[in-house]
Amino acid sequence: MKFDTVIIGGGLSGLTCGIRLLQQGHRCAIVSSGQSALHFSSGSFDLLNVLPDGEAVTDPRRSVKDLIRMSPCHPYAKLGENKFGELAGESEAFLTGIGLPVQGDSMENHYRITPMGTLKPTWLSASDFAVSKSERELPWKKVSIFNIAGFLDFYPRFIADEFAKMGTKSDIHLFSLPDLDYLRRNPSELRSTNIARILDKESNKDELVRILGKVALDSEAIVFPACFGLENTNILAALRKAAGKPVYLIPTLPPSIIGIHTQQYMHDYFIHLGGVYMLGDTVKRADVEDNRVMRVYSYNHGNIPFNAGNIVLATGSYFSQGLIATRSRVYEPVFDLDVSYNPGREDWYNRNMFDRQNYQEFGVKTNETFNALCKGKVIENLYVSGALLEGFNPVKEGSGAGVSILSALFIADKILSK
Amino acid sequence: MNLQQHNISDNNFEQCIKCTICTVYCPVAAVNPAYPGPKQAGPDGERLRLKKSNFYDEALKYCINCKRCEVACPSNVKIGDIIQSARIKYSKKKPKLRDYILANTDIVGSLATPFAPIVNLALGLKPMKSVLDVALKIDHHRTFPKYSFGTFESWYKKQADKQKKFKEQVSYFHGCYANYNNPQLGKDLVKVFNALGIGVQLLRKEKCCGVALISNGLIGQAKKQAEVNMASIRESVLEKNIPVVATSSTCTFTIRDEYPHLLDIDTSDVRDNVELATRYIYRLLSITDVKLKFGKEKIKVAYHTPCHMEKLGWSYYSIELLKLIPNIELKVLDSQCCGIAGTYGFKKENYKTSQDIGASLFGQIEASDTDYVVTDCETCKWQIEMSTTKRCEHPISILAKALG
Repeated sequence: MKFDTVIIGGGLSGLTCGIRLLQQGHRCAIVSSGQSALHFSSGSFDLLNVLPDGEAVTDPRRSVKDLIRMSPCHPYAKLGENKFGELAGESEAFLTGIGLPVQGDSMENHYRITPMGTLKPTWLSASDFAVSKSERELPWKKVSIFNIAGFLDFYPRFIADEFAKMGTKSDIHLFSLPDLDYLRRNPSELRSTNIARILDKESNKDELVRILGKVALDSEAIVFPACFGLENTNILAALRKAAGKPVYLIPTLPPSIIGIHTQQYMHDYFIHLGGVYMLGDTVKRADVEDNRVMRVYSYNHGNIPFNAGNIVLATGSYFSQGLIATRSRVYEPVFDLDVSYNPGREDWYNRNMFDRQNYQEFGVKTNETFNALCKGKVIENLYVSGALLEGFNPVKEGSGAGVSILSALFIADKILSK
Repeated sequence: MNLQQHNISDNNFEQCIKCTICTVYCPVAAVNPAYPGPKQAGPDGERLRLKKSNFYDEALKYCINCKRCEVACPSNVKIGDIIQSARIKYSKKKPKLRDYILANTDIVGSLATPFAPIVNLALGLKPMKSVLDVALKIDHHRTFPKYSFGTFESWYKKQADKQKKFKEQVSYFHGCYANYNNPQLGKDLVKVFNALGIGVQLLRKEKCCGVALISNGLIGQAKKQAEVNMASIRESVLEKNIPVVATSSTCTFTIRDEYPHLLDIDTSDVRDNVELATRYIYRLLSITDVKLKFGKEKIKVAYHTPCHMEKLGWSYYSIELLKLIPNIELKVLDSQCCGIAGTYGFKKENYKTSQDIGASLFGQIEASDTDYVVTDCETCKWQIEMSTTKRCEHPISILAKALG
């Protein structure tokens, strides 16, 4: 099977790279072992929230030079300050260009609202989500928080309490629909996905509008749990029109509807541009000659190889088994590439879960242009993208999506320039 | 031995991190709240069942064995296998008469084909469907596929000598559908392989692959039939060095993977030489100079990916072969379950679930401007023809038609 580029790993990074390549007429296949970590997305993408020394970041493009000084192996350090800024700006255009509306700016972090009602800095948020420009207060003094009766993955009470600390009053309203009552036959599976399938139905729109109208609302805005927009992105617009005031979403506990939507949307876009997406398959081995990957073999395709000029490895981190940790070592299972990690297991983690964890910074070693290293040698046509990379701490720094998207765009551009 | 260093759990169930992604993609969980979902039915339930077998939930019968949970799982857990294995091991429900009739395709097929015109007429009558609905709980909306007046095997007997003359040979596992319902599919396969300069022969003795027997709890019968098939396959692959090809995606998947995973029948010595005909042909065309000469006739098709094809990962081959036809307009439908799941959708208690699962696919099909829907699975074909206005054909039949 011949392609210009084969991308191993079909999550945020792999799809970004693939779409960018397809947009320039490149023939691309993605092989993905399973679905991606986007299924747990908050609905926001982080670029840089906190420097390694703990200092908060308000303008990532200004602070990145400090980051580069503190973390020389960081993916942003490999890009360099100028490229970082350029690609951060391009990312925003890239996402809205393919039809994923986002709000935010790489020169000014805004604040997203967590499922607990607290504020956290971020770079880009899905446009339907509630955000604030300030870290101390919200844009509204009075909100109405709605929730589906019996939905246990959303906490209006916690959210209202946090909002109160910031000077915003909330009233809470529980609602149900006949279709939701049918779902309740399985109480342990009354989850965001089942609910979203009901709330997205055109046939339930009028009832939702009626429910909004029934409650006398003197609030400035309405908040719903993020159980809309899995298939149908029009329902919220209809609710806004009917309510005559803004209607926003706040994320729930997983599965993340916005995450699933983003994954499915990018997947469909990739296919629509002519890409081949092979889900549920794992690349098992590669033929490497003279520091070039000649072909790769997957479990499903057996002795029919993938032949490609370039390979991008975007297999993610521990969750997706892009990195595997045993008791004594951390390794990359497809090519056995060089992995940067502390030799002593006692240095891998801190006992306090909320402290900085070293294992989060382990990853595959690359050169300045994200070429993979194997036994110290550069593999000239194998690139490493996304969470798999060494040298950054996505949780403590708030840099996960930024690394995934920027490295993917950089690598796609590098391949296209060859 | 440090136990933590080795993953010793069956079907990787210990790798499950309870992320619930499988349940997001389960076609049944999306429409039927009576089904607990693959996470709970599979790895989560398994933890409990290993403690005490009476934690088994009979609601696992709603699982359609589509394996889309496995395709979605980021942790390589064989969720579908865990669920099916649990059904086999723990279920206390005995198969009913209806289940015997639906699952024993060889018996019913052999009895029906000599009387096909009468049988087909009878099965098509509304009163007959009502009787089957009330007496056996076979839903009256369902239409049985028509039986052929004469099996594929009996047609083949007359071709056998001619086929022997080809230098290259493949063995054809025809399956119940081609044999009892649609010998034309088998004839089309022979035509396509002959056009490639390859002769087609049958296995010494072929029985139904057993997928319906497995899902209806007739495990002993399934194992017996599997042993017969494996003996025939081994004779072809190991003794005669002749690979085995099949047209049915489900038969292929069942023989290669369900035999070892669910029936404890080892296939590792021959698995790589049992494959779908479209895969065999794709490989042949990509590594040799052999070409197929197609006519210039225009044709519009929409390709549907059966669930087992999605699991095998082989729809690429069928699609690429269709693309070789010069004036074909090919649209690939979104990969989703059609809902019939073999004998599952014929049962009255599953009819609503079946149709709810397939609704979005039917909508896509009706909205597309095509001459045919094309798919490799015969039960998908029945479902699409029962639930939409379009006709559905196998890729091999489309290729055969285009060869002129």
